[in-house]
Amino acid sequence: MTETLHNLYLGFSVALAPSVLLYAFVGCVVGTLVGVLPGIGPLAGISLLLPASFGLDATSAIVLLAGIYYGAMYGGSTTSILMRIPGEAASVMTCIDGYEMTRRGRAGPALAIAAIGSYIAGTASIVGLMLLAPPLASFALRFGPPEYFALLLLGLLVLAYMSGGSMLKSLVMAVLGLLLGMIGIDPMTGFFRFSYGLVELGDGIGVVPVAVGLFGLSEILLTAGQPTAAEIKKPRLKDLLPSREEWRDSIWPIGRGTVLGFLIGIIPGSAHIISSFVSYAVEKRLSKHPERFGHGAIAGVAGPESANNSATSGAFVPMLALGVPSGPIPAVMIAAMMVHGISPGPLLISQQPELFWGFIASMYVGNLVLLILNLPLVGIFVNVLRIPYPLLYPAILVFCVLGVYAVNGSAVDVGIMTATGALGYLLRKFDFETAPVVLGLILAPMMEMSFRQSLAMSSGSYAIFVNRPIALVMLTVGLALLLLSVVPFLMKSVDWRQRLGLAGGQDAREKESI
Amino acid sequence: MLQSVPTMTTDRVSASVLVLFALLVIWESRLLPLGTFHRPGPAYVPVFLAALLLIFGAILIFTAGCAPRLSSLRWNEWRHALAILLTCVFAVFAIERLGYRLTVLLALVFLVKGVEKRGWVSSLAFAFSMAFGTFYLFYTILRVPLPQGPLGF
Repeated sequence: MTETLHNLYLGFSVALAPSVLLYAFVGCVVGTLVGVLPGIGPLAGISLLLPASFGLDATSAIVLLAGIYYGAMYGGSTTSILMRIPGEAASVMTCIDGYEMTRRGRAGPALAIAAIGSYIAGTASIVGLMLLAPPLASFALRFGPPEYFALLLLGLLVLAYMSGGSMLKSLVMAVLGLLLGMIGIDPMTGFFRFSYGLVELGDGIGVVPVAVGLFGLSEILLTAGQPTAAEIKKPRLKDLLPSREEWRDSIWPIGRGTVLGFLIGIIPGSAHIISSFVSYAVEKRLSKHPERFGHGAIAGVAGPESANNSATSGAFVPMLALGVPSGPIPAVMIAAMMVHGISPGPLLISQQPELFWGFIASMYVGNLVLLILNLPLVGIFVNVLRIPYPLLYPAILVFCVLGVYAVNGSAVDVGIMTATGALGYLLRKFDFETAPVVLGLILAPMMEMSFRQSLAMSSGSYAIFVNRPIALVMLTVGLALLLLSVVPFLMKSVDWRQRLGLAGGQDAREKESI
Repeated sequence: MLQSVPTMTTDRVSASVLVLFALLVIWESRLLPLGTFHRPGPAYVPVFLAALLLIFGAILIFTAGCAPRLSSLRWNEWRHALAILLTCVFAVFAIERLGYRLTVLLALVFLVKGVEKRGWVSSLAFAFSMAFGTFYLFYTILRVPLPQGPLGF
């Protein structure tokens, strides 16, 4: 403990140096801007600004990029809450209740709770990163392909089970997302799958165009022509602060989101995205008023926002301690470190303590900067709603196109955004949830890889998924969720027959209603 | 006789489309090696997922009698939606040929003047400021590479 404090002191002496402090501040400001702009997420932001960090020393560069990362996580909630456009994929769940709160004139409290929850989660998770990193990372090291496959499958089942509508429809959407994730080069054999000669599809369909299309463009398509589209109550200044009840409803979701996000964050994968999905599901399950979720429940904002910020710190555990990128963003950051001649891994802490502990300390500073930056700006963000919608939606459309194009500099991505926007429009018209599509798309390559690696490990024996205790536990939980969802269906077997919708059944239902 | 015809509900229609999509995926997968049960090839997982989608879709078709009727859907916004989608399609083809600024300028004039029926002055002012403002911010300040057309726009 004394050693940790001593190291932290060393870290703060690095992080509070004026130049490092300046880059932390610049990173946070740019990150917030990147997160606020629809369609431009942290991955795009970090990738775009990576060349700008080449001229800096290693500590300043990594502090700048990390600032962009968690700044974007903060800022991403803003467009989700105000416009139902996730600034980045982890804010997808915030769209649901955050936007509903906006429609009810509670945009201010939603933004404030998102900022405060993010601050608490971010700060608490850094403590966790400092104290719990070694044992947690070693636990995650036990995960092999079968465990990853089981975990990812469980994640999808949890999402489907916890979703507001029918589990069957959510599973259909998840499978659709997984199928979209099959596009591109097969990582094990090198075959091109469903790419139809488009070289740009070789790496698969990007998450950014699909997320922007399904969530951003589809929203514009649904609301642009509606005569009541701009029926959003403009919040007054005094409404910006959360009410006492909203505070009360947010405390536990923030706490749970922090713990959950951190734990999920250390497991390689798109942790900050999964954590927000799982946190939303958990909050909905634990809530005394689950019916409020989807209709503006503040817990649906507080939990996921805390979880995705906490997961950001958690994701740095395998990155810094093991040199393993836990997702595309840490992968870009590892690339940035390697440009500066630093190899992240177990030796980093002992060989370059100034960098490691300076980075840890800069995260404390960055979180404080973001809170100071975000809360006073909440009122400014709310003003976005005062722009007439016939001017606002074309502007959002421009940012969508720009953001999607900028990731790879590819017009094909804009085409994918257009196609998924149209798909999202139809899916939402037909009352399907689009979030499982995005999660399926993200998880598909990892799931397939771990599935096939597992079979390669066991010489084709499927018993590997049940012979390994961690995988077995996760698959059992997944199966239990499936069974739990089927029970009500079986118990109402008479209703099920009537639900076939054949004339007889329908007549009977009509008689019942009479 | 007519009474035995299943009701056309939103879920039935959408599930039918998904079933057709699943069949299309299975058909398209024929070009790839399927592998075996114990050694899956590149087509194995897509075919498995398509089969799963097929099964889920079929279940949805048979259990979707309670869903809203297809005729209950309202499509009031279709003109705007179509105009926006056409704008996006235009952007796909124009952004690398005409350049970012000209593409955004034309797209915004079409949307604000043509679709939203705003005045010429406000439409042009808005389109110019967005096209050149975002270009300056991203290309000049943030150094994001954005395409410039043959006219330098």
